[in-house]
Amino acid sequence: MGSIKDKVAIIGMGCSKFGERWDAGAEDLAIEAAYEAYEDAGVEKEAIEACYFSQVMAPVIGVGGTVAADSLKLRNIPILRNENWCASGHIALLEACMAVASGAYDIALAIGVEKLKDTGFPGLGTGRGMHPVYEARRTSPGSFGLIAQRYFKASGLTVDEGKEVMAKIEVKNHDNGSLSPKAHFHNKITVEQVLKAPIVAWPLGLFDCCGNSDGAACAIITTAEKARDFRSDPIYLKGFGISADAMLPHFRPGFSWASFDSLVNSSHKAYEMAGIKNPREELDVAEVHDCFSITELLIYEDFGFSPRGRAKEDVDSGFFTREGGLPVNIDGGLKCFGHPVGASGLRMTYEIYKQLQGKAELPERQLKNPRLGLAHTFGGPPQISAVAIFGNEKG
Amino acid sequence: MDKIGIGLCGSYIPIYRLDRKTVAEIWGRGSIGGERSVANNDEDSATMAVEASANCLKGSARDEIEGLYFATTSPVYQEKLNATLVATALDLKREITTLDFGNSLRAGTGALKAAFDSVKSGSMKNVLVAAADCRVGYPRSDQEQAFGDGAAAVVVSQENILATFEGSYSISNEMYDVWRNPEDTYVRTWESRFILGEGYTNHMVEVVKGILKKYNLEPKDITKAVMPAPNARTYKGLIQKLGFDAETQAQDPLLSSVGHCGAAHSLLMLVSALEDSAPGDTLLLANYADGADAMLFKVTDEIKKEKRYRRLKDYLDQTMMLTSYARFLSYKGLVEAVPGEPFRLIPSATVTWRDRNSVIRCHGSKCLECGTLSFPIQRICPNCDSKDNFEETAISDFEGSVFTFTLDNLAGRSDDPVVVQTIADMGEEKVRFYGMMTDCVPSEVKIGMPVGFTFRKIYDGSGMHNYFWKLRPLHTGGNE
Repeated sequence: MGSIKDKVAIIGMGCSKFGERWDAGAEDLAIEAAYEAYEDAGVEKEAIEACYFSQVMAPVIGVGGTVAADSLKLRNIPILRNENWCASGHIALLEACMAVASGAYDIALAIGVEKLKDTGFPGLGTGRGMHPVYEARRTSPGSFGLIAQRYFKASGLTVDEGKEVMAKIEVKNHDNGSLSPKAHFHNKITVEQVLKAPIVAWPLGLFDCCGNSDGAACAIITTAEKARDFRSDPIYLKGFGISADAMLPHFRPGFSWASFDSLVNSSHKAYEMAGIKNPREELDVAEVHDCFSITELLIYEDFGFSPRGRAKEDVDSGFFTREGGLPVNIDGGLKCFGHPVGASGLRMTYEIYKQLQGKAELPERQLKNPRLGLAHTFGGPPQISAVAIFGNEKG
Repeated sequence: MDKIGIGLCGSYIPIYRLDRKTVAEIWGRGSIGGERSVANNDEDSATMAVEASANCLKGSARDEIEGLYFATTSPVYQEKLNATLVATALDLKREITTLDFGNSLRAGTGALKAAFDSVKSGSMKNVLVAAADCRVGYPRSDQEQAFGDGAAAVVVSQENILATFEGSYSISNEMYDVWRNPEDTYVRTWESRFILGEGYTNHMVEVVKGILKKYNLEPKDITKAVMPAPNARTYKGLIQKLGFDAETQAQDPLLSSVGHCGAAHSLLMLVSALEDSAPGDTLLLANYADGADAMLFKVTDEIKKEKRYRRLKDYLDQTMMLTSYARFLSYKGLVEAVPGEPFRLIPSATVTWRDRNSVIRCHGSKCLECGTLSFPIQRICPNCDSKDNFEETAISDFEGSVFTFTLDNLAGRSDDPVVVQTIADMGEEKVRFYGMMTDCVPSEVKIGMPVGFTFRKIYDGSGMHNYFWKLRPLHTGGNE
């Protein structure tokens, strides 16, 4: 397999305020993210040669790249829309990276925009999927709720123990989110609050589920050679992996519901490209897909952050907190930012980018000299996973 | 010509019961006593007919059925055959005669008579007669309490007959006593003394006396008189008038436990009578509406071999109470509670048609290379990648157990907020199925819980009903 390790770098990023943005349309969110990125990179809009646009929600028929084109007035360049469920933002970013690595473009822009709060629905709700009846009642909490009990069984946890581990993850993410100015939620919570919250999809309660928000995030990519012409601290792509499970998990004979091939494969491919042997030791920070608390718990093991069946011990010991051995979702994650689907991958990358530059908004949450960070999204029924690993030094 | 008669039989009563006191108290009126069955909000006349028929056909060769006659006064389609939906969900072969019978509570006995005639004429060997109904009475009316929802099915054939068909007698009568105009939701009735006296009683007396005379029988020659009745008092009067012994000869009219199930009620009572009968018994079936039908049956030795999967008694024993009148109204579609989220998917006639073997027939694909059984039909085997190398396998009879589940509070309607999203391994092949669980107490669902398939309505959209299979807990008392 080929590699684009250290071939491309991010030279500018922007991220809108996430939340219930009644004031802003998709176009406003796109402008908010893109203009921060232009300024951060010190490039003019005219320098952009290609745009990779991520947006998931579309009314019945496709919408192409119109939102990006109409709002940003990107003239005479390709605008390529990407829809891969929750992994769309990362995949748009990685498409831009691959396009630059190929030599087709010198400067490409990746932007993810999602306006969920115009739909009138409180959640990523019912009747998703691809078929009029097979998945007619499938919801996101419902699908991820299916994982919980099988994971608990596989890890030898009772439901009560499992719920408590999940609660601790959410307490950590809310603690992190309280320090993130751009997050949707800033409230700290307790384990007791999590356990007493109303059930959304048993055993997942309200605090086990991420919010529904609006947001946009944007990255400008150039070649590793040219990156330092724009700034002294570009962030290099070290490795990536994208993997899709071969069949909808719901109907797949014998599927365990306690581990996903797409998670294992995408992370391993990214580690291999980045030259990482022991992610638990070598990674300094990670933003992983915490759409639901069970997802983050599952990822600890599928990504090799924790030994199989032992994530609970790491959660209990605080290994994934800001002060721990591997801080995870240090900005509060999807839990506090909400999950404007197409924007999330780029928003998570924004956090890694800022952390690796030492430029997190508040000094309290800036990690000490992180060098290597991972950003990840996991989407669909679920079925597809995208991992990107970044570093602040060119190897 | 060989004897013809009833070869197989089955019934179905929805799991929900409504205590009539619940309705009476809301309206500040008296209860007529007992409880009535209520179809779940994913059930209708077609799905109930599928249930009763599947129960009837379980373990027998479905490709020997050459015709399906479906009787109801509550069809799911005004134009479009309902029988084809029932036949397809039952996985009957395509080369069959399908017909709907409707517009009268005599539709059930009419369909049965037509089936006897079809088999007797030699045009078909085995005809499945299915009847199901879920009529609605005006709020506060006696009918609201008296009606029930249910279904029954029998196979008319020439072989392995449980009861031979001995003869019939019919009367046609034109009167406004009980009717519905095309735009009516509720059943209309004229003054009760007219409909019960001049209508029901006089015609039932005439038809029963007529058939006894035609076949030279006396009331004492009848082992059980199977006669649907609008209410217990009228039934009692009829029994007396006809000279039957109320204790020994009158079949339970199922009014206090189920309610009157419309066009299905005659067959439901007949199935009930057959289940309790002994060789040599003579059964008289008489059914009123717009005239009356009467039929005579002689129970054979075959009845002793009969091992039905689920008997009517099982349905009477295993129930769940619908405790709220509001839910009764919304289940019946009379009050619209806050709808759940609108579906993102627009129903498609072409998709449902193209995928009918999976969606309606419940076929999976069994890989001819590695034996993996998948659902829905997969052209490329998820286990060994063999392409287009499979045989379709019907799985709707499979039983299995819950692999994982979640109680989803986002997916449902406001009158039924929890959707039990379920993954189950079905059959010895452990075919993996994902669907909703119905007829269950969500808080009692557990991993490993035994489940079976049931054909249900998923949601209405684009003017179409969308049907698919769900899972439901397997109840004990089944006679596998």
